[in-house]
Amino acid sequence: MNDQFDIIVIGAGPAGISAALEADHHGASVCLLDEQASAGGQIYRNVSQSTPARTKVLGSDYLKGEQLVRDLRNSGVVHRTGVTVWKVGQDGTIAYSKEEFATQIKGRHVIIANGATERSTPLPGWTKPGAMTVGAAQILMKSAGIVPTNAVLIGSGPLLYLVAQQLVTAGAPPKALVETQTKTDLLRATRHLVPALKGWKQLAKGLQLIAAIRMAGVPRFTGATNIAIHGDEKVDRVSFEANGKNHSIQVTSALLHQGVVPNTQITRSIGLKHIYSGQQHCFHPVTDLFGQSSNIVFSIAGDGAGIGGAKVAALSGKISALNAVCQIGKIPKSKCETLAAPILKKRSAELAIRPFLDAAYPPPADVLRPADETIICRCEEVTAGNIRRFASLGCKGPNQAKSFGRPGMGPCQGRYCGLTVTQILAQETKQSHDVVGAYRIRAPLKPITLKELASLETPKEPETVK
Amino acid sequence: MNPESSSTTAETVIIGGGLHGLSTALHLAMRGMKVVVLEKDRVGRHASSANAGGVRRLGRALPEVPLSVASAKIWQDISDLLDDDCGFVSSYQVKLADTDIHLDQLRDRAKQVRAIGFEHEEMIDQQTLRDLVPAVSKECIGALAVKGDGFANPFQTVRAFYTKCVDLGVVFHQGHGVETITRFADDWVVRTAKHTVTARNLVNCSGAWGGKIAAMLGDHLPIEVRAPMLMITEKMPHFMDGVAGAQGIPLSFKQFPNGTVLIGGGNVGQAYPETNETALDYQGLALSAATAWRYFPIMENAKIVRCWAGLEGFMPDNIPVIGKGYQDNVFHSFGYSAHGYQMAPICGKILSELIIDQEASLPIDAFDPARFRKNSRENGSETLEKFAS
Amino acid sequence: MFKLMEGEDAQGSFTFLFEGQPISATPGMSVAAALLAADVSIFRQTPVSQSARGPFCMMGACYDCLVYVDGMNVQACMTKARDGMKVTRVPVINEDIET
Repeated sequence: MNDQFDIIVIGAGPAGISAALEADHHGASVCLLDEQASAGGQIYRNVSQSTPARTKVLGSDYLKGEQLVRDLRNSGVVHRTGVTVWKVGQDGTIAYSKEEFATQIKGRHVIIANGATERSTPLPGWTKPGAMTVGAAQILMKSAGIVPTNAVLIGSGPLLYLVAQQLVTAGAPPKALVETQTKTDLLRATRHLVPALKGWKQLAKGLQLIAAIRMAGVPRFTGATNIAIHGDEKVDRVSFEANGKNHSIQVTSALLHQGVVPNTQITRSIGLKHIYSGQQHCFHPVTDLFGQSSNIVFSIAGDGAGIGGAKVAALSGKISALNAVCQIGKIPKSKCETLAAPILKKRSAELAIRPFLDAAYPPPADVLRPADETIICRCEEVTAGNIRRFASLGCKGPNQAKSFGRPGMGPCQGRYCGLTVTQILAQETKQSHDVVGAYRIRAPLKPITLKELASLETPKEPETVK
Repeated sequence: MNPESSSTTAETVIIGGGLHGLSTALHLAMRGMKVVVLEKDRVGRHASSANAGGVRRLGRALPEVPLSVASAKIWQDISDLLDDDCGFVSSYQVKLADTDIHLDQLRDRAKQVRAIGFEHEEMIDQQTLRDLVPAVSKECIGALAVKGDGFANPFQTVRAFYTKCVDLGVVFHQGHGVETITRFADDWVVRTAKHTVTARNLVNCSGAWGGKIAAMLGDHLPIEVRAPMLMITEKMPHFMDGVAGAQGIPLSFKQFPNGTVLIGGGNVGQAYPETNETALDYQGLALSAATAWRYFPIMENAKIVRCWAGLEGFMPDNIPVIGKGYQDNVFHSFGYSAHGYQMAPICGKILSELIIDQEASLPIDAFDPARFRKNSRENGSETLEKFAS
Repeated sequence: MFKLMEGEDAQGSFTFLFEGQPISATPGMSVAAALLAADVSIFRQTPVSQSARGPFCMMGACYDCLVYVDGMNVQACMTKARDGMKVTRVPVINEDIET
């Protein structure tokens, strides 16, 4: 064991940075581990190295991350960048690799702030080069200042509008927005509208984005179905149905988005309790108000505990840090509660808009129930039809499915097919998502080299077996 | 009675739906017997699918050699038995030596096998080894080899046995563990939460849980449950056909046709058979990684995608329990100590012979459960009284 | 196809080699971003069906952008481009190899 810390925080997005700063403020020794080269997470990715051109395109919400990163730099937090966490033990030991060497550290309490990944969008042709997530396109803007010149945005949700507007500002307006949400979805969402008005600033911002997209003359298609991505080797065309008509658009980039879902690889690997949210169509770890998980050593902050967005994540980070420093005896319970009360109140106001957004932009049937021919496991190229066939042969859960046809056994370790496999098996076997369950996740959480694993600690020379 | 519960009669009830239970069921069904298999989880859930898939005669404990050789013959034509090739690749298994001491130990071993009348294990020199396994480290100076050994796909094997059993009318009840075993007239009555099976013969093929079931039958067999660990890499360009082990150090190393490389060899994690769980020991895995890298330098930058462990029962003498139990019409077949995969096809046949013909066609005395029976008579009677009351 | 966004300049750019061809990158760019900017969209072929793949998530989760950097299999989106580095496509692994 090389290092011990009071608190280890995994992930340097808004939740992780806020958590680390708060814990540091209360006198805990804090180590913040992050896979990226600089702090910010995906939302504030590369914010400290932004250029004037990027700042203009990405807007003021992005720039808010700058202050957070500056505060981190001026704090006592030990910030380790470029590290790949590949094992989290139930006792708070963490193994990570950096530059081909593995290290183990231990925290008395661990705050998991590993955020979200974009929901998998299994559509015909989505594996072709040129098809990528909307988030990926945004990461290219933030980290490299490049934009797709000939793109269509497919899916639904606030990020779709934000990135469309950013592309317009960057001088690369998309050829169209192909949106999957329907009028019925919007109507259904209106019953959440009154509580959502507490989050009127966000709603107003959304309307501004849509107006800017319209001003730029970017066509919007809503209620799109039968979306398919075409191309011989790489994407050259997208087809879909909308308003009772077939459409086809020539493009070189198909950018996909259906909202984000908690990244549960780490929380699953520790065996924490998870539950399926029908509202958000995904699993999330079970936590209390303070982010405390089912294992006393772990708190979860930010989108990894359930989707709330950047502001909510930052507030959750602070709350989890208070919980963590209280757990290890740095502050008494009463102080923790007093300090947390106003933050909790603020967070619940920020969360008010969520039920509206979840109802207005639900993942469509195309994605929740992909066509038989559609690949759902990108690594092992397993189709939705394969999973349905496994179910007909008696397969009841995702782990069993692996033995039928290898879904989830490639290098991404089920990150992109896990939820879809659960959803298809739940439909086919008429069991609840919670009963169907999810892939069993084990270290290494990301593939590591033999050399890295072997370097974990100089292994004892084994005794010769007679 | 629970309205959802069912009651069936059969000629033989098999407890445990792993490969040995499946093979026994298959061989009995092939001879026309009515068989029910009770599996507490699902067929092949544990060691049968979590193992490394080695199809190996090389290095067997001497009493196992005749069984293993007979099983190898079945493996060569496994499609004849199962209508499925189980992913079997017949190539070679080698045990590597990198010191003169190890080389001498392997030579002695080859002599012992020849002394009992078998010729399949042969020494190969460094050049032959390098021709056979070009990726092997230059430090290796020779090996003991068996041509025609190889590996198969455990998942596929489980599925093939299961499918064939179902075709032949074997009935499976999965998802509920055995709660009680009682005697009714000359029959065994085995109850799970959902099912009651009454049968003349009872076969215990419960693997890691074999000791627990045996104890319910009055046989106290000293099994230890361990969790052998395995790891697998991402797909790599093809560099090897066979399987390599090493003399004097735990290693099992093979590349599957899909390009992934499986590394195992006996380092164990923690076993929790009560909850079906295992925990990995990363120091042990680090050691396995270091060993694989040492014998196969090509692996230095290979990426490990997954690590796992299975629950397996080990006997103190590292050979299984195969044979009659203390009570009438009870048969045991478990405790294969992490090398039962290759032997499943023949051991199912042996069990079917024991049950139907009262006699096995191959020598199995060394596996007699009675070798541990010193204390079981008294313990056994206690248990029986408990059941009677 | 990708281009630099309006107002973004290629200050301090350097080159690395991809399959022997020079690729230009700006400081901080990942290998994946630099290749996309140079109009390379096909990064590799899958071992299962030899179908073409390129970057999908750009955040280290999907493993579709794998390339060889100095002989190591790495995620192009998680690897910073460096002056003079040698990047190649991963060798095609054909599952149907007779064994």
